[in-house]
Amino acid sequence: MSGYLLRGVSLLGNEQVDLHLDNGVIAEVSEPNTKLRITGAKTIQGDGLIALPGLVDLHTHLREPGREDAETIESGTRAAALGGYTAVHAMANTDPVADTAGVVEQVWRLGKEAGFCDVYPIGAVTIGLGGERLAELGAMADSHARVRVFSDDGKCVSDPILMRRALEYVKSFGGVIAQHAQEPRLTEGAQMNEGEVSATLGLKGWPAVAEEAIIARDVLLTEHVGSKLHICHVSTAGSVEILRWAKSRGINVTAEVTPHHLLLTDELARGYDPIYKVNPPLRTAKDVQALRQALAEGVIDAVATDHAPHPIEDKDCEWQAAAFGMLGLQSALSVVQQTMVDTGLLTWAQVAERMSSKPARIGQIANHGRPLSAGEPANITLYDPTALTLISETNIVSKSRNSPYLGMSLPGQVIATFLRGMPTVLNGSSIR
Amino acid sequence: MGSTQGRTVLDEGDLSRALTRIAHQILERNRGAEGLLLLGIPTRGVHLANRLAGLISKIEGLEIPVGTLDVTLHRDDLRLRPARTLTPTVMPVDGLDGRIVVLVDDVLFSGRTIRAALDAIGEIGRPASVQLAVLIDRGHRQLPIRADYVGKNLPTSLQEVVKVSLTEVDGDDRVSISEVTNA
Amino acid sequence: MHRHLLSAADLSLEDTLLILDTAEEMSRVADAPVRKLPTLRGRTVVNLFFEDSTRTRISFEAAAKRLSADVINFSAKGSSVSKGESLKDTALTLEAMGADAVVIRHSASGAPHRLANAGWLRGSVLNAGDGTHEHPTQALLDAFTMRRHLRAGKGDLSGIQVAIVGDVLHSRVARSNVILLATLGAQVTLVAPATLLPVGVESWPCSVSYDLDSVIAKVDVVMALRVQLERMNAAFFPSAREYSRRFGLDSTRLARLPDGAIVMHPGPMNRGLEISAEAADGLRSVIVEQVANGVSVRMAVLYLLLGGAQLAEHGQKALVEA
Repeated sequence: MSGYLLRGVSLLGNEQVDLHLDNGVIAEVSEPNTKLRITGAKTIQGDGLIALPGLVDLHTHLREPGREDAETIESGTRAAALGGYTAVHAMANTDPVADTAGVVEQVWRLGKEAGFCDVYPIGAVTIGLGGERLAELGAMADSHARVRVFSDDGKCVSDPILMRRALEYVKSFGGVIAQHAQEPRLTEGAQMNEGEVSATLGLKGWPAVAEEAIIARDVLLTEHVGSKLHICHVSTAGSVEILRWAKSRGINVTAEVTPHHLLLTDELARGYDPIYKVNPPLRTAKDVQALRQALAEGVIDAVATDHAPHPIEDKDCEWQAAAFGMLGLQSALSVVQQTMVDTGLLTWAQVAERMSSKPARIGQIANHGRPLSAGEPANITLYDPTALTLISETNIVSKSRNSPYLGMSLPGQVIATFLRGMPTVLNGSSIR
Repeated sequence: MGSTQGRTVLDEGDLSRALTRIAHQILERNRGAEGLLLLGIPTRGVHLANRLAGLISKIEGLEIPVGTLDVTLHRDDLRLRPARTLTPTVMPVDGLDGRIVVLVDDVLFSGRTIRAALDAIGEIGRPASVQLAVLIDRGHRQLPIRADYVGKNLPTSLQEVVKVSLTEVDGDDRVSISEVTNA
Repeated sequence: MHRHLLSAADLSLEDTLLILDTAEEMSRVADAPVRKLPTLRGRTVVNLFFEDSTRTRISFEAAAKRLSADVINFSAKGSSVSKGESLKDTALTLEAMGADAVVIRHSASGAPHRLANAGWLRGSVLNAGDGTHEHPTQALLDAFTMRRHLRAGKGDLSGIQVAIVGDVLHSRVARSNVILLATLGAQVTLVAPATLLPVGVESWPCSVSYDLDSVIAKVDVVMALRVQLERMNAAFFPSAREYSRRFGLDSTRLARLPDGAIVMHPGPMNRGLEISAEAADGLRSVIVEQVANGVSVRMAVLYLLLGGAQLAEHGQKALVEA
């Protein structure tokens, strides 16, 4: 019977406690530093460490099956664990696409086998992400993977009829459609945010309205058919306004924002370095401020990484030829600390809501994002907010290296991550 | 390159007398001013050429043409320093074919500037002959080049710097020598 | 002078005047009996053209050869690039061949920046046109031409009024010209339908007008840009006829130009669309001269980038000796 005693950790950044983990659950929460040791449990001295519920990512690309050169479920979940995650939702744009029970079950099993965190596959809305015919959403919901979140992410479900049908169809099993909002006709060949920078650089623009128009349409559709909607990677101030309005009307819509959209702007494109090429694109400083505000208020419910690994040759080229996407799992919590906690916009308890409990509720995952109290599953992250991490190629564990923070020092470090009481990260390193 | 003021080896009067003598020598050698073209090498060679032209026309009563010849693009030491600014090349309209070209420069030293000037001339046309007039010949030739007309022969050491000052450029007329000191 | 020439924005007023003045000297070579200078002997200049462009490539080739450089031409059609070789591998091959300068034309905006900054090449990179971003030597030869006609070939262009008419959105010539003309003190007005002006043009150092007729009588220079007929199919304008009527440099507008005003075009022209034959061939047109001036300007740029000592890594600014 092995267990862990986490001594003197700060519960959600507040009072210090001792946490005794045993048999996969939190056995006891007690006064700090009282028990010197417990038989059969390893002790971790946790002074200065913050205990958070294990983080839950609503939006990750694990690339397996099909693009194992960029990432595998094993390497991606290892990166997730190092970022403090105990559960990730794997997007469906794999090869083959996750549009059948067979593929989602495969992804789910590979996640279990790797053992770094729980992998919840997201099912495609349309067959092959083609945007024409609904995939067998019911079969995916009933499979072992128990899919509840469906998304064509990478592509937008742009056909209004299809989006309506999808929103209606998932009502039978309480699923939610997660929309990648991008009107395709307004963004053909688009390379970066449309604005002053794109005009100067001669790169085709991706206008904010192409995101906002789809969100506006979809919240109204959701209201009309009485369903549930989730908006992926919100990136503009205008989108925030629409979401605020929708929620005030009682529309059942949730939204996520990526860490990079909380920190980086389109000015970074000026050197034409495709490390900053991402979809939706980096926007302006005004958008960044609006997104931070929205996350603080709760208009945006969650942080989701949109971790998008790409092999070196897909970024070591001219901008037009480069792939869209950035890594995000390992650095997420640090970026949120820098942009939201150190600026006073969020407390650690609120971070826990936006990075663990809320995403777990949206993904309908029962055993993650739970309160840190006795009897709850021991999915816990221990974080040192005073550390400084230099992001370099040597400490990135993903198979790919496309992080926009290379060479930067970010605050904080995940010291330990526990998945149902078993450590996946100890002393700041992956256990295997 | 720091240096003291240096000692004057030619004053205003000496300079003027030297130029007058050179003007006479040019006319004597070429039996008059016919067909002459003076080409000054920027910067100070141009002003000396202008002065010589003025002296010659006073003596002969004939205006002779003066031009400038930029030799930068023909230098053999281009790769040793960042790219130099060019100075204008000004030729008479009918070029220099068949003319007696007298190159004019202030100081003759290694001879490389004159070699570059000969290359430049060769690409512009074919003069009847090319002669060289310099105010100062300080020795230390690195190429087989010699002047036809010399204001003053000035034996120098390589540690010394020869400075020609002309009123048009520097405010006064004189030639001085100073030691190179490492500043 | 810097190590690369990637954008007109890299050039200060001082740099620009130096290039233009040097180009004036270089232009004499065209009239000399021996049209060659030994200045870049032993240097290798590679023309790396991923887009078809005979005119610009020949101009660079002539410029390099007049300075006695060795020229290697690499065009993308039928080469390893069309078989999928990456920009990086092409660059590494050129580096192995000892290229001192790479003149690159590419359809991707920013490709010259990647070439210059990714660490694949040690030599100088010259942007001969990248996507819809910039074409700095075109702007330089345009400024050189304007200066010759309007300022007797000396000094800057302060006080000169320039109208640039056409598809600004997709024009690298327009972008480079707006920047360089502003540096030289000229006043630029862009004239185009709103569909062909980029979002963000308000922040550029120029004015904007949708009405050519209100601008034409007040300018010293009118520069017509090529308009691609295919843009009609993407709804940028309804028809060639409508574009020509509203924005074409026709005889009526030509006649309204003030005395001494000149007509320019970077080429190739769509006669009858953005510019009438009369405007293109008439007395005010300096279009043919632009081409000749291109060689002198490119000679000046090659000389200033390559004619002196090789600079240190990382694009160190060099002091030019006066």
